Amino acid sequence: MILKDLIIIGGGPAGLCAAKTASEAGLNILIIERSPKLGGQLIKQTHKFFGSEKTYAKTRGFDIAKILIGDVLKRPEQIEILLDATVVGLYPDHELTVYQYGIYSKYKAKAIVVATGASEKFLAFENNDLPGIYGAGAVQTLMNLYGVLPGNSIVMVGSGNIGLIVSYQLMQAGVKVKALVEAAPKIGGYLVHASKLRRLGVPIMTSTTVKRAIGKDALEQVELVSLNEKWEMIQGSEKIIDTDALCISVGLSPLHQLLSMAHVEMKFVNELGGMVPVISSEHETSVKNLFVCGDVVGIEEASSAIVEGYLVGLIAAKRLGYIHPNYETLEANYHAQLTNLRSGPFGLKTRIGLAKLRGEDYAR
Amino acid sequence: MLDKTGIALKEQVLSRFPKKELLVKAKAIIECYQDIPCNPCQTSCPFGAIYIGDDINQQPKLIVEKCTGCGICVTSCPGLAIMLAKTEREKAVFKIPYEFLPVPKVGENWYAVNRSGEIIGDAFIEMVQNIPRQDKTVLVTVSTKIDYLYDFVTIRSRDHE
Repeated sequence: MILKDLIIIGGGPAGLCAAKTASEAGLNILIIERSPKLGGQLIKQTHKFFGSEKTYAKTRGFDIAKILIGDVLKRPEQIEILLDATVVGLYPDHELTVYQYGIYSKYKAKAIVVATGASEKFLAFENNDLPGIYGAGAVQTLMNLYGVLPGNSIVMVGSGNIGLIVSYQLMQAGVKVKALVEAAPKIGGYLVHASKLRRLGVPIMTSTTVKRAIGKDALEQVELVSLNEKWEMIQGSEKIIDTDALCISVGLSPLHQLLSMAHVEMKFVNELGGMVPVISSEHETSVKNLFVCGDVVGIEEASSAIVEGYLVGLIAAKRLGYIHPNYETLEANYHAQLTNLRSGPFGLKTRIGLAKLRGEDYAR
Repeated sequence: MLDKTGIALKEQVLSRFPKKELLVKAKAIIECYQDIPCNPCQTSCPFGAIYIGDDINQQPKLIVEKCTGCGICVTSCPGLAIMLAKTEREKAVFKIPYEFLPVPKVGENWYAVNRSGEIIGDAFIEMVQNIPRQDKTVLVTVSTKIDYLYDFVTIRSRDHE
């Protein structure tokens, strides 16, 4: 059994930012990341980010990753990092099992921050397992991390920010985006992203979905169909498009499985993306000294994950007796930033979702 | 319309243009029609000509008399939703953000494209600026016929199929 003060599960924006503020408070930290690189999804993001300067707006995602990783690597004496290491077990007494390079190890921490992020949702339709059908995350990994095109042409399903942004990146890489389809009657993501695509000649088709994929050994065609106001397929509206790739970008769900394993009280909150942990105002779960931040407690933009990470790092350190020299100022500042990021129409789902989560907590 | 197709209505576009008399000098045309949490246009403007305020969800407002047409906001907007426009006798001159290869070269003749992605005519490449501050978003100065003042939004290479 290896003993640690604070273990952070996940080296994406939320986990990295939690490590930064907790280490500034004087705490020693272990970050456990299952992939070979720190940075989470940020390392695949080639576009300039929205938000305010405090969350690195107008900086490209992979450059934000460099900044956040740099902040953590600056303190090697305090922050230890395990890469290619997967937490496969999390138990209520703050013990965890880590799998790395064929070996299982046991760790125990005084406090744990779970910042596991999210996983992609998929879509059920005929032949959805044909080669050439990808999730948006896979497209970004292939294209932006490894420089491999997913196809010559593509149909994108989903008009959230990820669907819109990945479509733009595909066009930049020279892939013909034949259509972007959205089952809802309106575009889900930022309209500026949609306008960028439209001016490149990409047709945006709302109230439309994929009926089936067609192909022998790999994807050759996609059959689209229009939906009525009850989201039912309109017979006779089918349309076939020739394409060798199809990208599914229909939303994310919190990666909550470790929390469920630790018997954390969970709740299904649709507005937050699925199963999420019930949390206190300090981002603590029903298990004492087990904290959460980032997409695992509700799907949002990376800017919110960054600020939540900073906040939870402060709180977890304080709990273990390490009070950040600027604790009060920073805490107030992070709360104000989160409120600001969530105050517009795009923050509505998060506001409702968090109210549902916290309402119960206050009532208890 | 915009929220179904990505194409802004003519009235929306016109609402972001200052009076034509003012366009003898380049002015920022800010096509941000939605309350989203974002403010680099405001913080990047060295002249205080773009106002959002403390609530970063508000849409930016151009204070037209303070806008010098410097173009810093054009490459600072993560949504590529800002361009500069001015009129020069029979020409409309724009500065647009561009993030595709090949990068246009001065003197080339490209297609002028409207907000629906349709080719509307010719666009002459006047100037191409790509300095580190722009972080790989190229600032392209193009001129078109003045008729395209309210329709032009981007360029497309003639080699594009």
